[in-house]
Amino acid sequence: MYSFELTEEQQMLIEAVGKYAGNDLRAAAHDAEENHDLPKKLISKGWELGLLQASIPEAYGGFGERSAVTGVLAVEEMAFGDLAGTLAVMTPSLFATPILLAGTEEQKQAYLPKVIEGDWAPYTAALIEYAFDFDPLALRTTATLAGDEYVLNGEKAFVPFAKEAEAMIVYASLEGKTQGFIVPKGAAGLTIGDEREKLMSLNALPMYRVKLDNVKVPASNRLGGASGMDFEPVLASMRLAAASAAVGVANAAFEYSKNYAKEREAFGVKIAQKQAIAFMLAEMRTEIEASRLLTWEAAWKLDAGKDNAFTEAYLAYMGAADMAMMVTDRAVQILGGHGYIREHPVEMWMRNGRGFATFTGLAII
Amino acid sequence: MPIEFDPPKPIVQTQFVLKTVAEEMMRSKSRYYDEHEHEIPWDYIEFMHTAMKAMGAGSLAPKEKGNGHEGEEQKEKRPPIAYQSLAAQIEALAWGDVGFYLCTPGGGLGAAAVQAAGTPEQRAKFLARFAGEKPTFAAMCMTEAGAGSDTASIRARAVLDEKTNEWVLNGEKIFVTAGDKSLTPYEKLGKGFIVVWASIDPSAGRAGMRAFVVEAGTPGVRVTKLEHKLGIRVSDTAAISLVDVRVPFDHILGSPTVEKTTTGFKGAMATFDATRPLVAASGLGVARAALEFLKEKLAENGIQIRYGLPRQKLTAIERDVIDMDIMLKSAWLMVIKAVWMADNKHPNALESSMSKVKAGDVGTKITQKVVEILGPLGYSREFLAEKWFRDAKITDIYEGTGQINRLVVARQILGYSGAELR
Repeated sequence: MYSFELTEEQQMLIEAVGKYAGNDLRAAAHDAEENHDLPKKLISKGWELGLLQASIPEAYGGFGERSAVTGVLAVEEMAFGDLAGTLAVMTPSLFATPILLAGTEEQKQAYLPKVIEGDWAPYTAALIEYAFDFDPLALRTTATLAGDEYVLNGEKAFVPFAKEAEAMIVYASLEGKTQGFIVPKGAAGLTIGDEREKLMSLNALPMYRVKLDNVKVPASNRLGGASGMDFEPVLASMRLAAASAAVGVANAAFEYSKNYAKEREAFGVKIAQKQAIAFMLAEMRTEIEASRLLTWEAAWKLDAGKDNAFTEAYLAYMGAADMAMMVTDRAVQILGGHGYIREHPVEMWMRNGRGFATFTGLAII
Repeated sequence: MPIEFDPPKPIVQTQFVLKTVAEEMMRSKSRYYDEHEHEIPWDYIEFMHTAMKAMGAGSLAPKEKGNGHEGEEQKEKRPPIAYQSLAAQIEALAWGDVGFYLCTPGGGLGAAAVQAAGTPEQRAKFLARFAGEKPTFAAMCMTEAGAGSDTASIRARAVLDEKTNEWVLNGEKIFVTAGDKSLTPYEKLGKGFIVVWASIDPSAGRAGMRAFVVEAGTPGVRVTKLEHKLGIRVSDTAAISLVDVRVPFDHILGSPTVEKTTTGFKGAMATFDATRPLVAASGLGVARAALEFLKEKLAENGIQIRYGLPRQKLTAIERDVIDMDIMLKSAWLMVIKAVWMADNKHPNALESSMSKVKAGDVGTKITQKVVEILGPLGYSREFLAEKWFRDAKITDIYEGTGQINRLVVARQILGYSGAELR
C-alpha cells in the first residue's frame, strides 16, 4: 500500500523537534554562525530529544528501534531550524549508527551504551577527504592488515568535533573497499589539526583536518570484525541524512522568502502578488515536495531492506542537493538586496545550500 | 497507516497486464496512426472495450464505493485505492502510447464530470451506457476560441425555455478530446455524449457557469473540424458547433439557480483536483517510455550508468540520465501522493496542481533530452523517441497549462484569492 501518514509517535517526535528547531536552533543560528560558537547548552537540549537514543535497542542502553523514515522526518524538521546546530546535535550518531548497523556484537556492547548514556558526548567519524573528486567509495586513505593490527594512513577533512572526540570511526580503503575502523582518542600517529576548518558555511560547527600516519588499531576495531562491513547501507544512511537536511534548509528558505514576499510592497502591491515572484515560490514549493517524497521513499526502502535502496538514496541525495541550491538561491533573489545582507538568514541558507553536494558523511540517520 | 511505498497488489497486477496490452496493441501501431491522422484505431478500441467488460469495468472512472479493484468483493476494510489504480493504469497505457490511451472508450473527462457533479439519477442515466455492448465515448467541451484557461470568459450560452422546460444551448467549442467519437454515429460505437460548459447568467461571471449533457444525435450539435496536431495524432480533437441545441431540463449538472457566489464553479473546478494528477500520470508514462528507450540504446552501445558516483566523476550522459531518473521518480511520487489524498478524501488542490506542474516539466524535459542524447536516432522517425517528444508536450498544456497550475499552486501556498493574485 501507499501511505503518506506519520505514525502518532512520529508526529509527537516531529512536534518536539520542531519546537526545538524553531525556538532554540533558529534563534541561536545567526550569532552561532557569526561568532563561530555553538553553545554547549543548546546542543545538550537537542540531544535530550533522544533521536539517537530512540534508535538504539534496549539491549545497548537505548529505548527503541532505528527507523530511517523517522530519521529523515526528524532531520528535515531540525534542519529547518539550523543546519550547523543539527549536525552538532547529531554528531554522536556518526559514530554510533554505523556500529549499530554494521558492528559486531562486542563492538555494540562496548560502545553504544557509552555513547548514549548521559549527556551529549563527542564521538565522531571521518569520511570526507580534501580532494575535488572525493568519492566515499574510492577513498585515498588506506588500511592495511599487518599481523593482528590494521595500519591506517591518509588525511581526512571536515571531521566534526575531532579535537575533543573520545573516539572516531575512520573510513579507509582496504583492498579497494571502504571499511570503517574505530580509532580511540590519542592513538599514536593520529594528529588533529590545530585550526578549525574554514568553510563557506557551518562556521558554528567545529570541524578539523585529521592526519593518520601509521595509526595502528587492533583487528577487532574493524567495523564488523574480521569479515568487515557492508558500507553501502551506511553510505545510504549518510546520503539520506544530507538529503533530508537539504529539504529542511530549503523549506526554511522557502517559508522565509514567502513570508517576506507577502509583506514587502512594490508598485502598490505585495511582491507575492506579482506572478514573477509567485511562480518562483510555486516552483520552490513543488521541488521541495519532489525531493521530500524521494527522500521518504528511499528511507522506507532502506527500512524495508529493498535491493535498490542504495540507488534510491543516491538519487534522493543528488536530487536534494540540486534542489536546495535552486531553492535557496531563489529565496535570496526574492529578498533582493535584503537577501544579500547577513541580518536575514537566507544568505546563510544559500551558503548551506551549495554545501549539500559535498556534505556526505557529516550526518547519518 | 504509517508511511509506506509498496504499490498495492492489484495495481502491480494491472500494470503487468497493461504492459502486454501496451506492447501488443499500442506500440506496434504507434507509428502507423501517427502518420495516418484521423484514422480511428478500431482494433484497440474494441479490444479495450472487451477487456474492460471482462474486468467488470465499464469505465476507467473510479466507482463510487469500489476499492479500486473492480469485480472483487470488498471483504475486509482496506484503504481505498481507486484513484491510485487509475493513475497507475493511465501511466501504463500512456507508456504504450498516450494518444491511444486517449482513445480508450469509457467516457473520459465527460464521464468524470458527470461522476463528480451529477446527481445519483444523472449518474445512473448517463453512465450506464459505458458498460453496454458497444464501446462508447464521452467528451468534455470547455475551451472556446477566446477562452482557454480563463474559463470565466466562456461565451457559450444556455437559456431555459420555460414553455418546454428545455435548455437551449448555443456556442462554439474547440479542442474537444474524442469529440468526434462521442458525437458522430459510427456503427461500431454506442451512443455517446458531450458535456458542454455554458453560462446560464452572463452577468454572474463564473457563478453562472454550468455544465450540460448533450447526447449524440441531438439536433443542432455537430463536429465542424478535426484538428491537425503536433502529437497525440491518433486521438481526435474536435471543434463542435451548437446551434439552438435543446436538451431536457435535467441535463444540467449542478444547481439550475445562480447564487452570486462561485460555489457552483468551484465545485466544477474540484473535478480538476481529481483529474490533474491523472493527466500528470499520462505525461509520466510517455516520459518513462522515452527514458527506458534511451537506457536500452545506451546499454546496446555498452554504456552503463554508474549510479553511486559523485557528480565530479560522472560523464555528461550519466549526469543527464541520473537527473532524468530523479525527475521521473519524484514526479511519480507526487502523482501518487495527490491521488492517495483523493482516495482518502483529503483536500488535495495543492498536491494535485503541483503534480501537474511537475509532470508537465518532467515530461517535456525528459523527452527533449532523450531526443538530444540519441542524436540522429532520436530525430529519426524510424524510432518513436521523436514521437514521444511531440506527444509529451501536450501534458504541459491540457488540463490547465503549466502556468495556470503554477498560479493555482501559488494561490494555495500564499493563501491568496484569484483577485489577490491574478
